Amino acid sequence: MAICAALLHVLLALVLAPLLLGIINRTKALVAGRRGQPLLQTYYDLAKLLCKGAVYSRTTTWVFRMGPVVALAGLLLVLPMIPLGGVPAVVAFQGDLLLVAYLLGVARFATVLAALDTGSSFEGMGASREVQFSALAEPALILGLAAMAVQAAQALQAQPLSLTAIYAAIRPETLPQAGPVLLLVAAALAAVFLAENARIPVDDPNTHLELTMIHEVMVLDHGGPDFALIQYTAALKLWVLGTLLVGVLVPVRSGWPLVDLLAGVLGLGILAVFTGLVESTLARLRLVRVPQFLVAASVLSILALFLVLR
Amino acid sequence: MEWIVCAVMVLFVGGLATLLAGRRVGLACWLGPASALLACGLMFGQSLLVLARGEIVSLRAPWQVPLGSLRLSLDPLSAWFALLIALVGGLSAVYGAQYLRHQPHPQRVARSWFFFNLLLASMLLVVVARNGVFFLVAWETMSLASWFLVMFDSQEARVRRAGWIYLVATHLGAAFLMAMFALLGRESAALDFNALSATGGTASAVFLLALVGFGAKAGLIPLHVWLPEAHPAAPSHVSAVMSGVMIKMGIYGLLRILPMLGPPQAWWGWTLLGLGAVSGILGILYALAQSDLKRALAYSSVENIGIISLGLGVGLLGITCQCPAMAALGLAGSLLHVANHALMKSLLFLGAGAVVHATGTRQIDELGGLLKRMPVTGLAFLVAAVAICGLPPLNGFTGELLIYLAALSGIVASPRSADVSWPLVAILAVGGLALIGGLAAACFTRVFGMVFLGEPRTAPAAHAHEAGRAMRLVLCLLAAGCLAMALLGPWVLDRLVPLVAGLIPHDFHVAAEAALASWRTALVAVAAAALVLMGLVALLVLGRRRLFAGRTIEQAGTWDCGYVAPSPRMQYTGSSFGAPLLAVFRLFIRPRVRLDGPRELFPRRASFESHLPDVFVERLFRPLFQGVAQASASLRWFQQGRIQLYVLYIAVTLLVLLIWKLG
Amino acid sequence: MLFWLDLVLVLLVLTNLRLLGSSRLASCIRTVAAQAVLLGVLPLVAHPHDVSLRVVALCLAGAAMKAGVLPWLLRRAVVSANVRSEVEPLVGFTTSLLLGIVLLGVAIHVAGQLPLPDDAGSPLLMPVALFTTVVGLFVIVSRVKAVMQALGYLAMENGVYAFGLAFAVHEPLLVEMGILLDVFVAVLVMGITIHHISREFEHIDTDRLSSLKD
Repeated sequence: MAICAALLHVLLALVLAPLLLGIINRTKALVAGRRGQPLLQTYYDLAKLLCKGAVYSRTTTWVFRMGPVVALAGLLLVLPMIPLGGVPAVVAFQGDLLLVAYLLGVARFATVLAALDTGSSFEGMGASREVQFSALAEPALILGLAAMAVQAAQALQAQPLSLTAIYAAIRPETLPQAGPVLLLVAAALAAVFLAENARIPVDDPNTHLELTMIHEVMVLDHGGPDFALIQYTAALKLWVLGTLLVGVLVPVRSGWPLVDLLAGVLGLGILAVFTGLVESTLARLRLVRVPQFLVAASVLSILALFLVLR
Repeated sequence: MEWIVCAVMVLFVGGLATLLAGRRVGLACWLGPASALLACGLMFGQSLLVLARGEIVSLRAPWQVPLGSLRLSLDPLSAWFALLIALVGGLSAVYGAQYLRHQPHPQRVARSWFFFNLLLASMLLVVVARNGVFFLVAWETMSLASWFLVMFDSQEARVRRAGWIYLVATHLGAAFLMAMFALLGRESAALDFNALSATGGTASAVFLLALVGFGAKAGLIPLHVWLPEAHPAAPSHVSAVMSGVMIKMGIYGLLRILPMLGPPQAWWGWTLLGLGAVSGILGILYALAQSDLKRALAYSSVENIGIISLGLGVGLLGITCQCPAMAALGLAGSLLHVANHALMKSLLFLGAGAVVHATGTRQIDELGGLLKRMPVTGLAFLVAAVAICGLPPLNGFTGELLIYLAALSGIVASPRSADVSWPLVAILAVGGLALIGGLAAACFTRVFGMVFLGEPRTAPAAHAHEAGRAMRLVLCLLAAGCLAMALLGPWVLDRLVPLVAGLIPHDFHVAAEAALASWRTALVAVAAAALVLMGLVALLVLGRRRLFAGRTIEQAGTWDCGYVAPSPRMQYTGSSFGAPLLAVFRLFIRPRVRLDGPRELFPRRASFESHLPDVFVERLFRPLFQGVAQASASLRWFQQGRIQLYVLYIAVTLLVLLIWKLG
Repeated sequence: MLFWLDLVLVLLVLTNLRLLGSSRLASCIRTVAAQAVLLGVLPLVAHPHDVSLRVVALCLAGAAMKAGVLPWLLRRAVVSANVRSEVEPLVGFTTSLLLGIVLLGVAIHVAGQLPLPDDAGSPLLMPVALFTTVVGLFVIVSRVKAVMQALGYLAMENGVYAFGLAFAVHEPLLVEMGILLDVFVAVLVMGITIHHISREFEHIDTDRLSSLKD
């Protein structure tokens, strides 16, 4: 039963991930007083892009063509290792949290190299900022997960170093004791979620102007099916990091995996709405302030560690 | 053991033979590598046997030196390091055979091969020596042989300066090691390793001396200053051996001495952990700032020695706080990282050597677009770059994963009985490793992107040619080795069990072995994930090809935002790529910037300069040595330059000694 | 109940970190006000069994004083003096944050060494009190503006108040004394602050005048 729900989660992620982008965009449009694009617009875009041919720069090599492919492969491999709240991951083993973090790193590495392969100074700039911000987001993510692992160990009296065990230990009855720690970690994860998915206040997904050149500008030269892969990878990344966050914030552990799955997916939808609201109400940070935002996220994770290890 | 003795003999005979070959470069470049390869084969076979069977081979012979004896032994710990010497040494020799053939100075080539063989032989003797005097002799030979190799291009002032710094650093380190052995052997008749031991305060003193002595060789911050000077100065196959294995001799020395000191104390672990985290983070930040390709790689060695030391620190803390899983995983992780780093760093240096060979420059900002001109070298360099960032599916991840797991398992268990500040372990080990990982990705996307991708920035880069066949073969073999180490991770971990058992107290053995056996699954999963990842990539590539079948695929210029005349010089440079990240850490590293900005309405000229001097050179060693120089200046009157006076000094000294001894 | 106590303490730590990381005067003032509100709630959640009308009233009074009146005065001072709304740190914001986490570690370590009353509520209370005090001190040392120094004084005083709370378990009188002390300190702080502010503004004004000359 649990494994069925886990497989279903992977399937849902593959199908529904682009919908999250649609929800975010629709929310932003509604807040701005527009009707906005259809919820399924990302799917239309993907379909259209997949039917196109391609234009490659003469400067580029196979590295440029492999970038989107490797990034997508990394994300596809991450999916079965991610639990959604009470729904276990398809594959769980001690230490999978690190493999997940580093597979996201592989995807980023490939994207950055593909950007540098074009020889464009715009994309070089984006790549530089991407590695800068992700280097600072990495400690926040891993320390936050470590704090949750300790919390889970105290709740379970066991050694949980797999994501499934960590998230299974978050139960409504442990919340009175674990609440503050989980809130801190959730805040840190939320910052990582926004930064890694190139969202406001770190990056603006709608533009690739000089001011906000991070993720969007890195993929400036990709087109056609390659760009479709990139869009789809971005959606999957949104889903994966969103799952990590929703698993903390929605402590529904009913014992019926399907109910948990439903709660988790609903949570992701709400997270998308919330992201849209954040994007509508916040301004993007000045670039020099972004490192501070990410360091603050790490500080929250460290604070959670202090709390849980006192 | 006979094989090891044979290997040493072969190396010596081969080295002497190359000296006899003299100016005949072709002959020297055949004799030297052939003998090195043969010896490395012997070494490799013997160490692999020892590791596979877990038995110890040894040899004893009398040696007429006070306190000395000719005791050699190859236990799993020695075999692990000997294996790396054989692997990296042999492949570098093959590479060097082609690399040195086109040198402008033929008379140096034969000499260089002699010292190369001597370096390999002395490193081998260092790991098999079981007597303090013999160890020190081998150690000094190793330092001197590598010094002669660094001085290969001694007509350049820069190289002479690097050699000078290296010589001073390595001898200061050796002085500490002599003091260490003197302290260790106070109570024993000979300095045989099995008779050496220390307890209590002496043990701590010995640990400190060993940390400075071996740390200077390994390149731990703040003792790393020689490393970024000496490694780039040497020919690339020598840099590969030095960075790949020679600095690991420092780690080997620490691991050899530690069991002699009885149960470790908590502050040893903290020291190694703290120094490791600092070396890792600062090392990779300096690497990010370098404009010289090989210097960047040298600083990255500092970073990786930091990771290894961090693992050792976690392991020692695991021992002191009675946490077997933490101890075993930490030590196993750092031993695994020793091997992983040997493979990937030698590959990086050899790849850099091919680039230097092809373009004649080491400046990152003068290269670019080399992947099209050197496809094999580029691919191999990319493999090493991914590996050294600790990214799956390659080997760098396995060692780092074990160290992470060591720290995490300790924190998660966090026994209250042990008075350890667990948050600090978490921040230094887990947070440190995470930050190092992110920064390494920044550093190596920069190095690879600026050197191999984009358009060539200068004419030499545009006219680069692919490396020779032997060089390419070596690069491919090492790249395959990086992948194999990741896929064979669980098997390698099993071979590490006896090594780890030798480093931890006896009452831990069972628990530690059980821990390693249970954590083996993580490496199995990583190997499986590596395979699946590559399979997924292959599938997607096939799918993509199907998708593109029959569609129009066009070529155009890179989109340039409407600018009409882009030139390769307008590409993002390595310095600008790293600058924002360095600015975040400017509190710890002090980038020096000089801006002569454009002025007035029609600015004539403007300039911007930035460079990053090593804080430890500027703030620690330069003032220190200036102080020493000033202090010794006051003793100048002693030095009059007259022979009569010196004879007088000798006579007076002898007289005083005689009176002291009799009285 | 431990949940609420822990939550309040964690929020206190967060206000301190925000005080360190914030670049706007207005948000710093808000942060210290929020800190005061949290401190007002603290006795209620720390000793839920001793809650009486008097304690509630006293807490309310204290919170109103520090979260309402003082920030209002400070904000008015900022507005009327027409001072630029940036904090002007001597130590950068990111560095301050990192130092903050170091200080927290030190506070936890030191609090672990102190002899504590058995029923202090949460083991976090002591470290948080110390941390708040030290952060106040750090803000005073590391910021240029006089307003920030006033805020630093206030944070320090908040820390001292929390510190007293760990001991004043069964003694509402002590709580009362604490609040009296608060008011006293508040008046003192205001005196110093106003003095500082007016002096600094005179400086700024004269600077501007002299720079107008050439």
